[in-house]
Amino acid sequence: MTTQTALPEGPILTADGIPLKDSLQKSLRQNKLRAMFLVSTPLLFLVFLFIIPIGNMLTRSVDDTFINRVLPSTIEAFESWDKVSEPPESLYSAFVNDVKAADKVDIGKVSTRMNYAKPGWKSLVKRTARKIKKLKGPEYKDDLIKIDKRWADKEFWLSLGIMKDKATFGYFLNAVDKTYDFDKNIIDVEEERKVYNTLWYRTLLVSFIVTIACLILSYPVAYLLATLPMRISNLLMICVLMPFWTSLLVRIVAWMIMLQQNGVVNDTLVASGILSDENRLAMMYNFNGTIIVMTQILLPFMILPLYSVMKTIPPTYMKAAQNLGATPTLAFIRVYMPQTIPGIGAGCILVFIVAIGYYITPELVGGKDGRLIGNMVAYHMQKSLNWGLAAAMGSILLAAILLLYWLYDRIIGIDNMKMG
Amino acid sequence: MPSENALVRFVDIQKSYDGESLVVKNLNLDVAKGEFLTMLGPSGSGKTTCLMMLAGFEPATHGEIYLKENPINKVPPHKRGIGMVFQNYALFPHMTVAENLAFPLEVRQIDKSERETRVKRALDMVQLGAFGDRRPAQLSGGQQQRVAVARSLVFDPDLVLMDEPLGALDKNLREQMQYEIKHIHENLGLTVVYVTHDQSEALTMSNRIAVFDDGIIQQCAPPEDLYERPENAFCANFIGENNRLLGNIIEDHGDSIKVEIDNDAGVVEAKKVNVGDIGSRTTLSLRPERVTVNPEPGEVPNIFSGKAEELIYLGDHIRTRFTVCGHDDFIVKIPNSAAHAHLKEGDTVNIGWNVEDCRALDPSD
Ligand SMILES: Nc1ncnc2c1ncn2[C@@H]1O[C@H](COP(=O)(O)OP(=O)(O)O)[C@@H](O)[C@H]1O
Ligand SMILES: [Mg+2]
Repeated sequence: MTTQTALPEGPILTADGIPLKDSLQKSLRQNKLRAMFLVSTPLLFLVFLFIIPIGNMLTRSVDDTFINRVLPSTIEAFESWDKVSEPPESLYSAFVNDVKAADKVDIGKVSTRMNYAKPGWKSLVKRTARKIKKLKGPEYKDDLIKIDKRWADKEFWLSLGIMKDKATFGYFLNAVDKTYDFDKNIIDVEEERKVYNTLWYRTLLVSFIVTIACLILSYPVAYLLATLPMRISNLLMICVLMPFWTSLLVRIVAWMIMLQQNGVVNDTLVASGILSDENRLAMMYNFNGTIIVMTQILLPFMILPLYSVMKTIPPTYMKAAQNLGATPTLAFIRVYMPQTIPGIGAGCILVFIVAIGYYITPELVGGKDGRLIGNMVAYHMQKSLNWGLAAAMGSILLAAILLLYWLYDRIIGIDNMKMG
Repeated sequence: MPSENALVRFVDIQKSYDGESLVVKNLNLDVAKGEFLTMLGPSGSGKTTCLMMLAGFEPATHGEIYLKENPINKVPPHKRGIGMVFQNYALFPHMTVAENLAFPLEVRQIDKSERETRVKRALDMVQLGAFGDRRPAQLSGGQQQRVAVARSLVFDPDLVLMDEPLGALDKNLREQMQYEIKHIHENLGLTVVYVTHDQSEALTMSNRIAVFDDGIIQQCAPPEDLYERPENAFCANFIGENNRLLGNIIEDHGDSIKVEIDNDAGVVEAKKVNVGDIGSRTTLSLRPERVTVNPEPGEVPNIFSGKAEELIYLGDHIRTRFTVCGHDDFIVKIPNSAAHAHLKEGDTVNIGWNVEDCRALDPSD
């Protein structure tokens, strides 16, 4: 029999009379501090490399405060205008005063922003700003119209209506070929200015095709990697990883040499008589080029998760299935493949996510009809400097990826994912 | 040569994985219909390999295996119709228990209602009727084991192979499962080829035990024969406890021989079982429970004096370690009864044994 001291009434005490709870807390505090310290470094990384940039991107995609800062009195005068009568003198003078007060660079930027709402703003402001310093006032309406008769056009002034708010969905609308009219109704952009929807559609299509192609090509490779004897499979693994050690550009250039009109593939096909010289295949600077090269580049992202799952499947399952009467093929389909689903899921998600935002390969081998949305993001980041639109596109990509994760979790369960 | 009702025959089977060494050396073995045959042997002795050849997953390097008198070397595993319980059960983790059991019926294109009755019957047989909807991972080790047995039987094979099926279970469960498997074997009239390295398991369950060592069957006999009448030193040692005395044969009397124990430790009269001519070496094998302490003079032919070195009280008997004939690892089991000697450590007494109980076997090393 073990003896047991009777529990005293009230809080339980430790041997030296301190309440057990306090004692426990004290002993846990140190652990907590240590844990907090250990967590802080990755947390900082997360904040600086992930949360802040993404937050910034999301903010930029809707941010429209700049115009309020540079042209505050213009917006004020616009608010007090009834929008039905001709633009009043107060609007013109407010604008001139704002421009006089503002920094030159800011004027340039704000006119760019205004140009997204109504094309023409940029040239109009640019042209006027140069001469505006010389205007004496106090009345400006006639002076401005003299400088450029577009100033008499009510449309320009009305377009301020979709810029005056501090936040806008305009960039998101632009990203899917829509826009606001001046009453803030969502309308399609003109037919000849539609570009992005085709690109979105093509991006999804390419990502989908590339994912499927990667899966089909990777599955047997991963299976061999997982089942061949160590010595051979190590060699094979090196071949799989080799591309990772080679510059992306080098690989793309290699593909260009392979795929061009007078490239290795076409030459071989012609030489072997399969193709006639006039019918050389166009495998580059088009949709096909993007597909072929992206598939090859993304293969390891599929092979590795598949391999890591297959490696954990003992060969006895296949034996058991055959022992129970299944042909090797049936055993593979019914018993082996279902167990690789976590790897298939992880690989597909990984490849799809990388593919959906890809831009180097399409840029170099995609030509006109192999461009993807990622190229547009890059274009707006680097060339047109429309960061708002780039950010909106980035946000849509992010949302698409999150949606994908959510779907995956619903169908397969995120816990089942094995990345490697 | 072909015995009448052998279900399985291994004829001159040899197996090599690497082309350099033989893992199975010239195996000849018949398994009768309805028999429970156990392959017993230390790890690495080639038991699994034999089973894999029978199941069709490893080709025999030489020789032929017959199933119901048909050579099956060229029959692929899925056409052999042999049930098998794998070492780690190999239950399909993505299927429920019922789906696991239905699998062999499905691939045999048995229709759905028939499938369901047979799955249910098999689950009931292993007392898991209520567990059909669980995944294997949600079962305990013992339950998984039963499912594996049920799955190997659900398509009514004549022959079932089991490769150390109880290896992963704890002792109590293992003993319980031994009886259950044994009962299933008897009730269904199955033929079972069972692999284990656990000699007590083999003794409990089998009709016949084939003792493997180094790719060779050392002896193949019913459990009591194997224990009582081992034919070589390996079997005597591997099965049950055994005292060994090494010596040279000095006289041959036909049934019995006289052996001079090494280092002039005395002459023992032993039953001649598996020895060479006079002058050759032999291992004498003697079970600890067949040794008498303080025998009456003339009661037994072999009487030596021994010094009790260590006594271990085990309830029903007292395990005593003696120094006898220069060997200090001579074990005697003294029954715990009033009639028997009560020794203390350090006592020197006479111990003795019969000729019949002392078997002269091959010199093992
Ligand atoms: N697939 C294999 N390839 C090469 N050697 C093997 C293979 N399987 C077993 N062996 C070797 O064959 C010998 C017998 O193995 P095995 O039949 O598994 O013995 P047991 O089942 O009696 O423990 C061992 O030495 C083992 O290393
Ligand atoms: Mg084994």
